[in-house]
Amino acid sequence: MVTRPTSPAKRPPSPSPSKQLTKSAQPPVDDVGIASLLASKEMIIVCGSGGVGKTTTAAALAAQAVVNIGGRVLVLTVDPAKRLANALGLQAFGNTETRVPDSAFTDAGVTPRGELWAAMLDTKAGWDELIRRHAPDETLRDTVLANPLYQNITGRFVQSHDYIAMERLHELHASGRYDLVIIDTPPSRNALDILDAPARMMEFFGSRLLRWLTVPYRSRIFTVASRPFYQVADRILGSRFLQDIAEFFVLFQTMEKGFVQRAREVERLLSDPRTSFLIVSTLEAAPAHEAAFLAEALAERHLPLGGIVLNRAMPTVLREPAAAKAATRLADASTDAALLNDLVDVLDPKPAPDVVRGILGEIAGRFHDIAMVATREAERRAELQRLAPFTSTAPALDHDIHNLASLLELGKHLWREPDAPDSV
Amino acid sequence: MNLLERQLLFVTGKGGVGKTTVAAALAQLAAQQGKRTLVCEMDAKGSLAAAFDCSPFPYEARQVDTDLYAMAMNTEDSLREYLKLFVRIPFVGRIGPLARTFDFVADAAPGVKEILAIGKLCYEVRERHYDLVVVDAEATGHIVGQIGAPRVISELVQVGLVKDQTAWMLDILEDPARTGLVTVTTPEEMPVNETIDLLAQVAERTRVDSATIVVNRVLPALFGTREAQVFDQLFSEPAQTVLVGAAGRRVVDVMEAARMNESRRRIGAGHLDRLRESLETSRAGAVPLSMLYIPELFTRATGRRVVSLVADALSEELG
Repeated sequence: MVTRPTSPAKRPPSPSPSKQLTKSAQPPVDDVGIASLLASKEMIIVCGSGGVGKTTTAAALAAQAVVNIGGRVLVLTVDPAKRLANALGLQAFGNTETRVPDSAFTDAGVTPRGELWAAMLDTKAGWDELIRRHAPDETLRDTVLANPLYQNITGRFVQSHDYIAMERLHELHASGRYDLVIIDTPPSRNALDILDAPARMMEFFGSRLLRWLTVPYRSRIFTVASRPFYQVADRILGSRFLQDIAEFFVLFQTMEKGFVQRAREVERLLSDPRTSFLIVSTLEAAPAHEAAFLAEALAERHLPLGGIVLNRAMPTVLREPAAAKAATRLADASTDAALLNDLVDVLDPKPAPDVVRGILGEIAGRFHDIAMVATREAERRAELQRLAPFTSTAPALDHDIHNLASLLELGKHLWREPDAPDSV
Repeated sequence: MNLLERQLLFVTGKGGVGKTTVAAALAQLAAQQGKRTLVCEMDAKGSLAAAFDCSPFPYEARQVDTDLYAMAMNTEDSLREYLKLFVRIPFVGRIGPLARTFDFVADAAPGVKEILAIGKLCYEVRERHYDLVVVDAEATGHIVGQIGAPRVISELVQVGLVKDQTAWMLDILEDPARTGLVTVTTPEEMPVNETIDLLAQVAERTRVDSATIVVNRVLPALFGTREAQVFDQLFSEPAQTVLVGAAGRRVVDVMEAARMNESRRRIGAGHLDRLRESLETSRAGAVPLSMLYIPELFTRATGRRVVSLVADALSEELG
């Protein structure tokens, strides 16, 4: 395993083409598309509904950036799938960044202009790291880390993934080790959680609840205001549990200043001009719906949506009337005895003409169904195009992604010109 | 055992696989069979309401069809109801701010929010307000945290009302005759992977019974094995020449569409084989988990029409 790259200060003079150089070689600013987005931004937050190929897209784009733009590119994923590690030519990768060997690129027939690094988001490790950073002393640090509630929160507390993801992005960007960080966001019950995570973290520390819970520990006196709350909470949760919670929060509150300040910085990161969001979706109903919802939410919050990547799309030629006409002609032809004989003649082994007739009939008959899926998709794409600077579509690949070559192939589809507006 | 004979069904699945549609269809099917059915949306995104062509559901159950009622979960309302029923707090009207602060406890204290939601569902079952409660539950990533919450709480909390409350909830949740988990997947790689992981986690971390797997959007096979070989040959150059001669140049697109369908279907079938193998290994000796298949519908319809089509397919599968 390769260790972390050196800090910028220790970097050799020009090991990789610098961002500046690459940028000047880029097309004019008004050019939109994946290529200019990745060349002009330093942090790309990839979001979207689950199951749309978010992680794979993040990795494919990072690989393409390394091939086409250069610099140090890091892809930070949340997907523990070993398959992605293997596709990147790694056995596995974890919380620490690992460099993808150049040989993985040369094996795929391309020369990398820069370095590709990969790391996986480990929520538990991320939280531990936060505690270590913000704890005022070692005793407190160890007490928090050993607290059963803390362990429960970091292990199971769903939304904490979102905060840790943003926190890690901040840390990596601030380190200056990478020219471009592409982060794949955790599957969220609500795609907006990722946007609200830093604010919620601040809100949590500022909450009345936290103050109430910690009052007896600070003053050892129950204030009048907190009494009804305690009575209710006590009856519901039981005093022991309540005490555990309170104790944990008291510990947590000692870290408030660091946490809140950090959360504020992390929040600023979301609207930083060097940051852009990239929504990944398929053109199926549910993911496309969620993508539209997310695009609108970003606009409402004045957060920069770079574009939308649409994976696994059907070919648009299926929607053309000429193709439908060909299907009708094929249906007619399937009952033409002379044609069936011609076909049987060129096939080897020779099937019965009836078998061929059945097959051609099925192909022609099914065309309508398959073309309708393509039409449905085009309608959804047109809707998404209204919400984003551009959409970029990758076709459904007829194989799984198992090595860097196939990852690059996917990336290549996205790297081309963005989609032309759909006429629906 | 018939799936719909249970009293509480949690429907989960990876985002985008059609979890909500399947939950809606199961509920509709049960209602059609004369069972008084409640269907509940857990994430309040409104997609369940959209499936029934309705405006967003409130917390109070609303009738959407004969024997069919729908609601959306809301932790604050659940807390209010809970306090009213069990704690007999006199100032229920003023519970709003308290509930909001409770939200923070819920965010931090594991399982509190979940138990309020699960508690409400179990309560409806216990009181026999309905014959069946179908839950459009959290996605695969969060469902274990949700259905496992009562057990976690019962182990974490020593005393108090919540502790007492978990006992009867666990009686319902952990009884396979009453409660079942329905996992929806599609014949695709990631949904199948998540299904395999989920079932392992459910078995390891909860005592909730996995009732069935629903495989949604199964592409129809265009041909049998023998025909498939002939089909492949139709892409040879001489065959293509004959076909183009008969149906024009664009016939290649028609052929390509069929090939794409076949290739996707074959890949999907491979993933389903993997799912079945994994189930056989992990559940060796246990009762094999049933799988229900819903074909790709190739329809442009949305809402209720789709729900009805899926309900029909499920009805056929359930026999």
